[in-house]
Amino acid sequence: MGGRGYAEQKAHYIKTWGILCGLLLVSIVGPEVGAVTGIAVITLITAFGVAGYKAWLVVKHFMHLTEEPPIIWYILTVCLVFLGMFFAGVSPDVMNHEGTRWENVAAKQAVIDGVAEGEASGGHGHGEAHGGDHGDDHGEAHGNEHDDGHDEKGH
Amino acid sequence: MAGFKPIANLRSATGISTPKLALYWLLGSEIVIFGGILASYLMHRMSHDEWAFQAMHTNTMIGSINTLVLLTSSLTAVLAHHEAEHGNGKQAARYLYFTMGGALLFLLFKSYEWSIEIEHGYTITASPFWSFYYTAAGVHASHVIAGAIAMWFVARDAAKGEELHRVEIVGLYWHFVDLVWIFLFPLLYIAK
Repeated sequence: MGGRGYAEQKAHYIKTWGILCGLLLVSIVGPEVGAVTGIAVITLITAFGVAGYKAWLVVKHFMHLTEEPPIIWYILTVCLVFLGMFFAGVSPDVMNHEGTRWENVAAKQAVIDGVAEGEASGGHGHGEAHGGDHGDDHGEAHGNEHDDGHDEKGH
Repeated sequence: MAGFKPIANLRSATGISTPKLALYWLLGSEIVIFGGILASYLMHRMSHDEWAFQAMHTNTMIGSINTLVLLTSSLTAVLAHHEAEHGNGKQAARYLYFTMGGALLFLLFKSYEWSIEIEHGYTITASPFWSFYYTAAGVHASHVIAGAIAMWFVARDAAKGEELHRVEIVGLYWHFVDLVWIFLFPLLYIAK
């Protein structure tokens, strides 16, 4: 752990925690700024970029993973590679709603219905606007029950 | 063999202790479990514009408080490890109890948040978005509970100055629970 003394190491942990708290604040305020200015990059960087950096700080300073032997990295990398393969294999079917000889009619309809319903309700949430008080009357859940069933187009 | 107690030794091939190696295998499998959930969520979120409207109903305030709680509990977990390394079992146990307090606080906030959502009709069957929301947060919460229980056993021994090497192991597990939340937070509460 870098050969620091007892008190110095403790102070280092507390400093890292302080940075993490600061970054938490950035990840809350940033997307709000992104929404107001309409600049999507701000939201992306402050929400997901900051999350990645926060994770790295935890991995490096709290888990001390950078000081572990390579075998640990091999284990974790193999699992991440499998995860990547899963994403690469499945995402073309899930993220597209039509392909060469197929069309996911239910998913397409769910998007159309859901967006129309969302726009009709004004597209406002209760989370932050009412601080959990839920004064508005959107008690009905947005139930767009799509089953993502793939309907055959050509065959 | 009466009274024989197996001791976790250093593995000659890897140079790390057996419990730590086992823990990292566990974390590797957790990467696939949580990664699978998060990857599936991302795929659907990016291809279903209507999820943005449903995501607006998650409570950012409680999500943020819970993030702060978990980050703080990660600090106390690493401080417990720090004390254990210096042979201060009692102080390590104290920090672990603080960490367990963080787990309890997290679960209380989560329960409050869920009760509000359910009260307003946003149940696990309300829509695919809410199904993912409850599954991801629920699987994570079950890990918080498991971590807190494991921590109690470790803290009990650490207070007596026994098995201090376990403090690091349970701490590593806790940091992973924190890591998962660091990614869940922007996905479920921030990206609206």
